[in-house]
Amino acid sequence: MAPKEVRVCSFGRHIEDYWKLSVYEQTKLCEDAEEGMVGYSAARKALTTMSPDEVIEEVKRSGLRGKGGAGFNTGLKWSFMPKDDGLEHFLVVNGDESEPGTANDREIMTWSPHLLLEGIIIASYAIRANTCYIYIRGEMFKQIRCMNRAIEEAYEKGYLGKNIFGTDFSLDVYVQTGAGAYICGEETALLSSLMGERGYPRPKPPFPAQKGAFDLPTTVNNVQTIATVPAIIALGADWHLSYGTEKSPGMRMFCVSGHVQRPGHYEFPFGITLRELIYDVCGGPPGGKKVKAVIPGGSSAPMIPGDATDNDLLDTPLTYEDCVTAGTLLGSGAVIVMDEDTDIVWAAHNLIRFYAHESCGKCTPCREGTPWMRMVLERILRGEGVSEDVKLLADIAEGIETKSFCALGDAAAWAMQGALRHFSHEFEEKIRRGKGAAKVFQASYASGLMSLYQPTLEPVRTHRDPRREAEQIAHPLARRMRAWYGGDEE
Amino acid sequence: MTRWDLGHYTPRKDSAIAPEVWEKLLRLEGRYPWRRGMLVPALMEVAQHHKWVSRRQMEELAEFCEVSPTEVMGVATFYTMIYTQPVGDYNIQVCRTLSCALCGAERLIEHLKEKLGIGEFETTPDGRFTLTPVECLAACCGAPVVQINQDYYENVTPEKLDEILASLPEKRTLNPKGEAR
Ligand SMILES: Cc1cc2nc3c(=O)[nH]c(=O)nc-3n(C[C@H](O)[C@H](O)[C@H](O)COP(=O)(O)O)c2cc1C
Ligand code: SF4
Ligand code: FES
Repeated sequence: MAPKEVRVCSFGRHIEDYWKLSVYEQTKLCEDAEEGMVGYSAARKALTTMSPDEVIEEVKRSGLRGKGGAGFNTGLKWSFMPKDDGLEHFLVVNGDESEPGTANDREIMTWSPHLLLEGIIIASYAIRANTCYIYIRGEMFKQIRCMNRAIEEAYEKGYLGKNIFGTDFSLDVYVQTGAGAYICGEETALLSSLMGERGYPRPKPPFPAQKGAFDLPTTVNNVQTIATVPAIIALGADWHLSYGTEKSPGMRMFCVSGHVQRPGHYEFPFGITLRELIYDVCGGPPGGKKVKAVIPGGSSAPMIPGDATDNDLLDTPLTYEDCVTAGTLLGSGAVIVMDEDTDIVWAAHNLIRFYAHESCGKCTPCREGTPWMRMVLERILRGEGVSEDVKLLADIAEGIETKSFCALGDAAAWAMQGALRHFSHEFEEKIRRGKGAAKVFQASYASGLMSLYQPTLEPVRTHRDPRREAEQIAHPLARRMRAWYGGDEE
Repeated sequence: MTRWDLGHYTPRKDSAIAPEVWEKLLRLEGRYPWRRGMLVPALMEVAQHHKWVSRRQMEELAEFCEVSPTEVMGVATFYTMIYTQPVGDYNIQVCRTLSCALCGAERLIEHLKEKLGIGEFETTPDGRFTLTPVECLAACCGAPVVQINQDYYENVTPEKLDEILASLPEKRTLNPKGEAR
């Protein structure tokens, strides 16, 4: 039996008109809240009875870990902000949700915009910021409207603006729209974008807490992280610690998608196993099929095999530490389920194409390596793979991992390595069967915009020219890259 | 809600950007300690209203944000939602990333190509539809997802897509706030 759902961030989804301020301030904060703990009472409590350092201390003690991907202790991150430096500070809320499989922040911003605003008030107070930007990805027009409306309401009621709750704390909140770029979810790239530049990541250090938005101290937090803060302040750190495991306290929203009967958002304490989540909660794959592979934390987490294989890892509890033991990551808590009929080579190609498309192009390993992997995968899918291709893919992935500038490169490498680690036999099988096993290669498999790499988008060649092929795969930079990063030959 | 006073810009008399867009852009002033901060939202507003951003509009935005026109162009070309070429009245954006692909996104793309007689990133000759395959739209639980201009449609099948396309008004409409729908 699956454990019970704890609704904190997803509480409002089940309440009529929860997005209206009038309803939010009449309703209790979350399922566990006691009488009188209504909307905005946590912010009132923080601002009127606690000092900023007490707020930071409480959040630190609760063990709240960032829900954006890296899982860094939120209170600790806040404590890096300088104190009494006389400078303007910023809170930037990361709502650029674009990690494939992830759709949690969107839910929070649609159904519970005031919960997010309340969290923003508390967090800004703690880090001594008087300005907050909510960076929402450009495609989410509806969520941008929801947040703007909620902000208007909060200003009218005096929850935002000057002297909130009669204290001398003032806060302005603005919605900032993105314009379509996955990399802008990375915190330094997000700050570049906020400053009106191309969304390139920046070197760390200086960390955002030293030099962030507009070169001033800044904290970047995920939407769900901030939306969990009001409950922690209202119910206390011990309440938060009573859920989850020692290293992963609390709860998070899991977004289950792909081959399951009831895809959706479910909020559980850390520690629920993949099997419980996929079978008991989501009803398993349709048609009574079994699970071949699962990605437990958004596309950046390596896939792990399911119960349709010999190496069933579905009993992995969804915590940061157990996921690492299983050779994957909890990341953004987006569970993508692939049933027994899924073609893993095709799935890997889909993921790698995503990264090749979204690579910002700042550093060489990622810019050159991701399209290269895509080309090799496309060749295998066309039924023209050669037996060295599996090793080649592993080599390229290794050449990207830890050698790229930001974590997008690593993510691409991990996605590839995950598929190779558990399913290399599928790649080999496909290569061995050659044309016989090839799906009709449709142009929609390929990334249309990357005209730079157009050669691979040609129709299937009827006769193979080994020299041309070798040239194509020995991408201009391939050999030099290997020489540079240490390959076997040369 | 103005925090920083960095002066006010007066749009050119013969501006290539519509007055209702300027109204929104001028409201961005004072939100950021640097004028440059307005650039990405400003480009988005123009792209949404005019469907794409022309060089002339970019030049005006450069004046508005106090950066050079080349920088505006550099920024505009980085982001996928800022089109530097005209797109159709209805931009049909089909998500083709893993969750949606597992649930049949490729079928949708093939269906649209056949139905509209165009390829990816192309516009029908009457300028009504553009087919744009896009990456994850962050609505994966409702896979497959299609976004038409600003609206999301979830759990789409080819049949449902036909219905949706048939129900779209003749011309792209703007809602009362002047936002493209
Ligand atoms: C390529 C890349 C994409 C990311 N995308 C997102 C995102 O869409 N949303 C998000 O909250 N964090 C994203 N992150 C993580 C952020 O860099 C950052 O760790 C996070 O916003 C910190 O907030 P947290 O401590 O509350 O998790 C991304 C990171 C990388 C490397
Ligand atoms: S790893 Fe990729 S996304 Fe990150 S800086 Fe390098 S090229 Fe850009
Ligand atoms: S994969 Fe299609 S919306 Fe996320």
